[in-house]
Amino acid sequence: MSTPTSKASEPLIFELGQEGRANRYVEEGKPLKAFLPESVLRDDLPLPDNSELDVVRHYTRLSQRTFGIDLGFYPLGSCTMKYNPRVNDAIASRPEFAHLHPYTPDELAQGALQVMYELERSLSSLFGMAAFSLNPSAGAHAELGALLIAKKYFKERGETQRDKVIVPDTAHGTNPASAAMCGFKVISLPSNERGRVGVEEIRAILGPDTAVCMMTNPNTLGLFEDEIARIAAAVHEAGGLMYYDGANANAIMGYTRPGDMGFDLMHLNTHKTFTIPHGGGGAGHGPLGVAAHLVEYLPTPVVTASPQLTFALDFDRPKSIGPMRSFWSNFAHAVRALAYLYANGAEGLKRVSQLAVLNANYLRVNIAEFLDTPYAEVCRHEFVASAQALKRDHGVRALDLAKALLDYGYMAPTIYFPLIVPECLMIEPTETESKETLDGFIAALGEIVEQAKNNPQALFDAPVTTVVGRVDETRAARQPDLRWRPGRTTGSFSEKDD
Amino acid sequence: MLGAIGIGTLDDLLRVPDDVALKAKLEVVPALPEYQIQRRFDYFAEKNPGVEYRSFLGAGSYRHYAPPAIAALAMRGEFLTAYTPYQAEVSQGYLQAIYEWQTYICLLTGMDIANASVYDGATALAEAAIMALGTTGRHKILASRAIHPNYRGVLRTYCDGLDVSVDEIPFDENGTTDLAALAGAVERNEYAAVALQSPNFFGNADTLTQTALEAVKRSGTIPIAVVAEALSLSAFAPPSSWGAQIVAGEAQSFGVAQAYGGPYAGFIASTQEHLRRIPGRLAGKTLDNAGRTAYVLTLQAREQHIRRERATSNICTNQAHCALIATIYLALMGKTGLRDAAALNLARSRELASAVANVDGVKVKYAAPFFNEFVVDVGAPAGGVLSSLQGLGILGGVDLGRWYPELQSCILMTATELTTSGDIAALAAALDGAINVHAHI
Repeated sequence: MSTPTSKASEPLIFELGQEGRANRYVEEGKPLKAFLPESVLRDDLPLPDNSELDVVRHYTRLSQRTFGIDLGFYPLGSCTMKYNPRVNDAIASRPEFAHLHPYTPDELAQGALQVMYELERSLSSLFGMAAFSLNPSAGAHAELGALLIAKKYFKERGETQRDKVIVPDTAHGTNPASAAMCGFKVISLPSNERGRVGVEEIRAILGPDTAVCMMTNPNTLGLFEDEIARIAAAVHEAGGLMYYDGANANAIMGYTRPGDMGFDLMHLNTHKTFTIPHGGGGAGHGPLGVAAHLVEYLPTPVVTASPQLTFALDFDRPKSIGPMRSFWSNFAHAVRALAYLYANGAEGLKRVSQLAVLNANYLRVNIAEFLDTPYAEVCRHEFVASAQALKRDHGVRALDLAKALLDYGYMAPTIYFPLIVPECLMIEPTETESKETLDGFIAALGEIVEQAKNNPQALFDAPVTTVVGRVDETRAARQPDLRWRPGRTTGSFSEKDD
Repeated sequence: MLGAIGIGTLDDLLRVPDDVALKAKLEVVPALPEYQIQRRFDYFAEKNPGVEYRSFLGAGSYRHYAPPAIAALAMRGEFLTAYTPYQAEVSQGYLQAIYEWQTYICLLTGMDIANASVYDGATALAEAAIMALGTTGRHKILASRAIHPNYRGVLRTYCDGLDVSVDEIPFDENGTTDLAALAGAVERNEYAAVALQSPNFFGNADTLTQTALEAVKRSGTIPIAVVAEALSLSAFAPPSSWGAQIVAGEAQSFGVAQAYGGPYAGFIASTQEHLRRIPGRLAGKTLDNAGRTAYVLTLQAREQHIRRERATSNICTNQAHCALIATIYLALMGKTGLRDAAALNLARSRELASAVANVDGVKVKYAAPFFNEFVVDVGAPAGGVLSSLQGLGILGGVDLGRWYPELQSCILMTATELTTSGDIAALAAALDGAINVHAHI
């Protein structure tokens, strides 16, 4: 048995359990053969029975072997790991929301529909779009939706030759992957020496085959694309559409909007900017915004409001790309996002962006004292540093710095992204961190860089305080072990059904 | 802090070029103190009276018992506020939970491997189809018309993007896929995959027979099983038993809130041969530098952040937290609890079927074995009958005429372990009255 700090491994749930330890959540049922013919029936259900206490201890221990924002600073670039207010979860868990069936008739679900409507209207104003769909389940899902819209839009205009999507080399990996899922060919556009997309460079590749230009602004270097208006004009002049990857929207609220910059399509990650907990990798929520000429193409259904504010789900949208998910939205997340909007209002969101950018720049100038920051200018919500010199002089890589930070109780920054910066560390503090926290992080990273010069071996050995040391990823990939199998270990539950 | 940065004001720090600077007045909801936010949502909550009705709705979203221990564990901040476990050394707990989820899905479906989750059941089907397109190099998908209409809709949306066509197989008088039509269609050797849902949208067991499976195999078509009601896996023979190579499913039934449609937890499981094409995250077991058991995200060379435009799926964020909820549900329920819950779903739905069949003019439409939902023909326009029931505080089921013109008088009704005999009696009584009204219009 392990204590919170123990390095003894926690057994798998399948290695626990015994006959007779079932919990009585529902009454005993009749044998299944009373209801189903033999041909349909399952004869074997090889799962363990565990007492509730054992299950509670097991997953409590697993939680103690997991690092979240609630435990410490989480400066993961482009992920916007800000504090997740608990009131949002409390509201989303209310039975009137949590137990509502998606096929509840509209007239009995007006509250849910109004939540979606208020969120949609607020996002549209905040980001300068004509309308949003709350359908997509995450940012990448919304990118896919946006490119499906672009594809359909060009098809209806008889411009099927538009098969190229321009993606800067600083873009998130989902951008090119989403484009490929719509049959588009991806043209990667190198950034200029200022870490930005240049108007002339983009003009050179625009043409009658241009479909969409996908950009993030500020980009993943944390720099504002200051030529964005001219870039958008050039893309529009060539007949293409502009797509805004909203992963970095935390930097711009109250100062500019994708709509003001000339974007026709965008997504927002409400699990970043709007404090929805990331939950260890989802569920996310990726509202998809469009300019007026693309509203008809939004995925179904769309929430509509009558002049008397009676709300409805509209499925009858002849030009729509169709549905993108089983049901209407990750609704519980729409509740959380709207609650966060109510906590801030327009002025509060502007303050969010101000403090996010302030914190990032404070970190940047202090970290620049001991680590290279390749683009030495005011950044937005995040910035990049490089361990290239440390690697050259001492063999210490970005990965080693990241692992060492874990021993100091910090989550590591995003590393090796964006791809154009060698030995990259991409750091995003968010607005919810105090100056004391930032100072602590700066001091820790400073000590680690000193150690890199004096005792690099210590960094190669890091982390040492965690429940396991560096994990053998090569072995994991070469000998994939992706599941437990009955009979392979000491698992003691019966594999035969009674 | 501004001094340290060397900038005078916050506005200077965040300044953008004039040609893109915000000029409009933002119209977002007003800022409120926290207690008033709660009041605002009291107002929204009161306007969802549907949650109080006696409900027989299912059709891809199911009301099942979820022990409170699930929320107590899953809502722990360490789980809730973690990002995707890129830094394995400080994410061992979550990675192990994902490994356990993958194992549970394999054991339930009879498959060799399972991924860390996808958005939901419908996108699981679409991603499964893309796996088959890549494996076979073909450009057409075959899908049963008895698959959930929303799932088919999403499949079409995704396939439109890839210029892939989706053909549909009709269902027969038993409310199951017409296997003769299926065998005839696959003979053309042009389909990458054929998808069946079991229990299907009508609630019926719907699988390939040995003869049909042989036709499918001969044609090089990959059989995909769709599971929208995952609890059925504890009673029905697993998809592996009838030849499925890929299983695309929805795990909402395992303790995940219905929440007006999401978030839920989709899953994809498959036979070993599809390992390199399965989308999304995979957690693997390995060793650390001291030889201790350790877990890590693995085979990432398949994924978008490595392959970019050469990736076969763009999925990044998935449904980790919903999958965690489902994992804890499965651990708490265990084999015994799942078997008992399945037996109660079977019993209550049969009790419901008998009660409604006793109403004059009402019959259960199909004779096929079903899990917890089934089709009822009320002999009158279903929409009108459901409206009458609604007036009596009952959500009687889903109007199938919405998707199937030939089923205008049919309702899909669901009963789970939480449906009471009182609910069933109330529905039967109300149905009697409702049909008398509508049959004479």
